[in-house]
Amino acid sequence: MAEEDPSLVSRHSFLESTLRGFTRAVSKALLSEHAATQSGLLQQLDPRVRVIGILALVISVIVCRRLEAIAALLLIAIAIAVASRVSLSSLAKRVWLVILGFSGMIALPALFLTPGEPLFTAPILHLSASVQGMRTAVLLVLRVETAATLTTVLVLSTAWTHILKALRSLHLPAEVVTMLAMTHRYVFLLIETANQMFESRQSRTVGILSGSEQRKMTARTAGVLLSKSIELSHEVYLAMLSRGFRGEVRLLTDFHLRSRDYVGLTAFIFTSFLAVWIGR
Amino acid sequence: MHIPDGYLSPSTCATLYLFAASGWYAALKRIKQLLATRAIPLISVFAAFSFVVMMFNVPLPGGTTGHALGVGVAVIVLGPWGSMLAISIALAIQALFFGDGGITTLGANCFNMAIVGSFTAYAVYRMIAANSQLNSRRRVLAGAVAGYVSINAAAFVTAIEFGIQPTLFHDASGTPLYAPYPLHVAIPAMMIGHLTFAGLAEAAISAGMVSYLQQADLGLLRGVGGLAQTAGPTIADPHAERSQRRLWWAVALLMLCTPLGILAAGTAWGEWSSADLMNPHTQEQIGAASGNHAPPSSVPAGIQKLSTLWTAPFPGYAPRFIKSPVFGYLLSAMFGVGFFVLASLVGGVIARKWPRRTLRS
Repeated sequence: MAEEDPSLVSRHSFLESTLRGFTRAVSKALLSEHAATQSGLLQQLDPRVRVIGILALVISVIVCRRLEAIAALLLIAIAIAVASRVSLSSLAKRVWLVILGFSGMIALPALFLTPGEPLFTAPILHLSASVQGMRTAVLLVLRVETAATLTTVLVLSTAWTHILKALRSLHLPAEVVTMLAMTHRYVFLLIETANQMFESRQSRTVGILSGSEQRKMTARTAGVLLSKSIELSHEVYLAMLSRGFRGEVRLLTDFHLRSRDYVGLTAFIFTSFLAVWIGR
Repeated sequence: MHIPDGYLSPSTCATLYLFAASGWYAALKRIKQLLATRAIPLISVFAAFSFVVMMFNVPLPGGTTGHALGVGVAVIVLGPWGSMLAISIALAIQALFFGDGGITTLGANCFNMAIVGSFTAYAVYRMIAANSQLNSRRRVLAGAVAGYVSINAAAFVTAIEFGIQPTLFHDASGTPLYAPYPLHVAIPAMMIGHLTFAGLAEAAISAGMVSYLQQADLGLLRGVGGLAQTAGPTIADPHAERSQRRLWWAVALLMLCTPLGILAAGTAWGEWSSADLMNPHTQEQIGAASGNHAPPSSVPAGIQKLSTLWTAPFPGYAPRFIKSPVFGYLLSAMFGVGFFVLASLVGGVIARKWPRRTLRS
């Protein structure tokens, strides 16, 4: 097989990276749908309890000021993930490594830029790191990792429709919940449409495109997608009217709390308060 | 620019949720008034479109790529309120379903990108596009600048939110508890990336889409369902005429009041001439007005040198041949106002001529 010309690779890289982004989004959604059907700890609880409980834990992560308390919450988040049959390898790939790379890069200069007691001096660069700098960097990364682990575990263990129903039962306006549900539905349709447009364009691209041609192509694709979206919204509106939509939104909330839900809710709230008290 | 959980303190998150919630409430009310039952599907599908556009890799000069927010186009098509809602919904889906941006920071992200971004884009687009034709090049420029300025305004607000964290939230040892960088680090760190790559990506996608819509779907530049007021007035507005008449009356009244300046005693502080600095009587006044600091005994060399550089046509607000100071003040006011009116008219003629060069289809 002939080796690929590097210039050919680079000229299509923006198309390929956009297509990769679409694929990632769809695979994430599929993984979430799959995990939500497993029978685990979170899956057995009422979606409202899951949403309130995880939200309480995320808030306690933000409120805690001590590293030890946040580290304990991270361990609790991992335990919940394992009990809810969320794959740790997918958590590591989707959350831990990504955050370590992103927030770690952001936090690293804080080691040297934060004034305080000297900790060590970096060789070659002769930059002095401070104890306070180390502490703030670890605090930031740990906090982001813990909060993101908790939210990912919630999303992976709960069907999107259940999250929306739970939000509605928490008195989020019905219009907002409906818009979130519809947007989520049409995101995948529009991703599919954009994917097809990019693929068909990629298959027809033979010569080398200049930078300005590439930008025009991207803008035109976005423009066509916009026109299609507006047309789609008209069609959706007509379909809603044909089904008797008169502007009022009614959602079915058929959740019933059982004794284990009360136990779960108490455990979540107790853990959150305990973490805040220890980490104050 | 999507702030994850953990970068902002609980009180910052709560405050920004409050700001964002006020914006959402006002936007929802306004959109429902204008669109009634059509609002829900339109905003939902547009939010889905915004979500997908945010995933596009926009090629930039130098071989790199960047992601755009698409707030410029959202404002042009939906107006600021519709854009605010659509971008907020897209950000909420990103945070709740795809883990892009935090849950506790969702209010902050919506405030920065959906509210600040939308209103900045709207103001810039209205200011530059003015009443130009929908298919003019000026609209393309307006779209590009609106996109560029709005993303940078959102980034600037984000940088301020980051930058105030170490000052307001640190422990007893001085360890910052949330975002660790102060304003003088956070602002340049955020702005360098946005003034270059992200800003360019936003400008490119906004300008490119406006240009595309001019050729393929001009109707969308007028806005959807009367939501956007970015297309400019198409019929004469009686209210605008009335307010313009009021403005002229106010200008005339202010001109008549200009002789009141004669009543003021002494010289305005800091506006001394070489002659004032040489005059012993004026020197006393300068000293008294400057906290009893004695002025220099001779005219400083710089003032002496520059004072001969330019001689005003009406020195002391009155031409030399006018003896009455009251009449001199009135004449100066009329001349000044007349000069600015003339400059505005010339500017208006140039601006009207510019958009006539339309795109070749």
